Amino acid sequence: MTLPMGRPMREIFGETVAELASADPRIVMLDGDLGSSTKADIFEKAHPDKYLQMGIAEQNMLGVAAGLATMGLIPFISTFVSFAVVRPLDQVRLLIAQTGLNVKITAGYAGLFTGQTGMSHIIVDDMSIMRAMPGMVTVSPADDVEAREVLRWAAAYEGPCYVRLVRDATQRLFGDGYRFEFGKAVQVRPGTDVTIFSTGSQTPRVVDAAELLAADGIDVHLIHVPTIKPLDIEAIVAGAERTGRVITVEEHTVIGGLGGAVAETLSEHRPTRVDRIGLRDLYPESGPNDALLDIYGLSSTRVAEQVVRLLRGA
Amino acid sequence: MTARPATPTSVDPTEAVRLAEIARRIRVEVIRAVNHARAGHIGGPLSAADLLAVLYFHVLRIRPEEPAWPDRDRFILSKGHSSIALYAAMALRGYFPVEELLTFDAAHSRLQGHPDMTRLPGLDMSTGSLGMGLSAGMGIALGARLTGRACRTYVMLGDGECQEGEVWEAAMAASRYGLDNLVAIVDHNRLQQYGWPGDGPDGRIPPQVPGELVAKWSAFGWRVLEVDGHDVAGVVRVLEEAGQGDGRPVVVIAYTVKGKGVSFMEGHYFWHTRAIKPEEFASAMAELGEPRPAESGAPR
Repeated sequence: MTLPMGRPMREIFGETVAELASADPRIVMLDGDLGSSTKADIFEKAHPDKYLQMGIAEQNMLGVAAGLATMGLIPFISTFVSFAVVRPLDQVRLLIAQTGLNVKITAGYAGLFTGQTGMSHIIVDDMSIMRAMPGMVTVSPADDVEAREVLRWAAAYEGPCYVRLVRDATQRLFGDGYRFEFGKAVQVRPGTDVTIFSTGSQTPRVVDAAELLAADGIDVHLIHVPTIKPLDIEAIVAGAERTGRVITVEEHTVIGGLGGAVAETLSEHRPTRVDRIGLRDLYPESGPNDALLDIYGLSSTRVAEQVVRLLRGA
Repeated sequence: MTARPATPTSVDPTEAVRLAEIARRIRVEVIRAVNHARAGHIGGPLSAADLLAVLYFHVLRIRPEEPAWPDRDRFILSKGHSSIALYAAMALRGYFPVEELLTFDAAHSRLQGHPDMTRLPGLDMSTGSLGMGLSAGMGIALGARLTGRACRTYVMLGDGECQEGEVWEAAMAASRYGLDNLVAIVDHNRLQQYGWPGDGPDGRIPPQVPGELVAKWSAFGWRVLEVDGHDVAGVVRVLEEAGQGDGRPVVVIAYTVKGKGVSFMEGHYFWHTRAIKPEEFASAMAELGEPRPAESGAPR
């Protein structure tokens, strides 16, 4: 059984921030000339006076956001992950993370799904960079339901945060009643043979992989980790204790992201064998979404194959 | 929005004398603090002293006893490496005791090498990585408009700093928004830390060719005003003129001398940052007229 498709997170982004701004006059949207892609244009239609086009000048945009925050406003950022994280990295660090100003870095086009753009636009080390930065929290929602919840949380959270959103429709993991809890991991599936930690829109694909593995006699204990920083240490340790064998899966580099965070945590708190599934030390190429998932081993079938190989040494 | 008083056409001579004396005291405190810390920038703080005296003692609507006053004018020292001059101006203005200046750059001090707004009340932005202050200032000016506050935002940049691309991103965007509540001040001392090799003093050439800054800021849609950055009366007049908004952001190009006030430091790039030797300290203090005869008890 395969999980159904949800709506694209980018539409959820435009709609949800527009809804939030209707209730909270402090919310503004800063757009790096990508509103027609990130769907900040939905926000613009609802609140033309709160939509602030910043042009193709991301370093300035992040600095302007810091200034707006000092005036009591709550800026949301509309651009792609690469242009929100690495291009203005020094501005994010000095003006937002070091100051603790209330800026919402809500970047779209996370992971491999960037509309066939190639390695200039695909960034798979964003979580490693942002979680390493003191003063920055990092959240990676699984689906459209959780993305909406996370954006609502971000508006209410006092301080800087990084939220990574996916461009295209992805599988829906959560029901309408789901409530995101900042800093908490979520058990998706109880199991006994291996504990898998996953994050972002990779988690629904791991749910499908777990179904395939169940047919193969492997009972997966699956935990979704939407908050990469601060990490839910208690849930990571408890998950490892449950099966004594841990695998992480992420649509992101295995260096320093979820896999890195879980390995760091368990080596300190409860040494456990950890294998990491995700992007290796490389720059991904462009291509259709399904092709990329297959090439980089992140489709449900490819994840299941790797789990079997890791557990059975085949 | 509250109305601002009309611009006086001339500056009261006693006020000019007062501001010049404050600038002198800023320079004295800069030399004293950097000498005490055995480290720190000197040339840039000295070139900015008169501008800071006018801002903190004449132009800015601020309340040192209430540094977070929501309607205050904002000031960002984008050339954050000149922090000690800003700290000196703030201390003299009453934000904190002047004696605290001797903690500059020391461990656990609020007076960090580059300004840290999370430590020192009264700082409107953290700076230090060059090119960022104008973006933050633009955000404040835009935020003031969105929230209906009449405050004005002043950002001081270095001329070397104007080599940073982000400055021109901010210049482009601020003029698109017509932010005439935003005033940039370029401390145009015509030297940077080391400089480009060439046929100038000490084998270095200035960060820009003559007229380059005026042409660039004009091309980016800014109202450009020019002033001798060491003529306090002139600086008062130009900043009051800058306050008369015409729908464009304003830049004041202030022509200054790096190391101003201490003859052997003036115009030499290597005084950008340097430890002061004891004999140099004595000589600098003497040139700055410190201690003043009245304070030292000597006959006037």
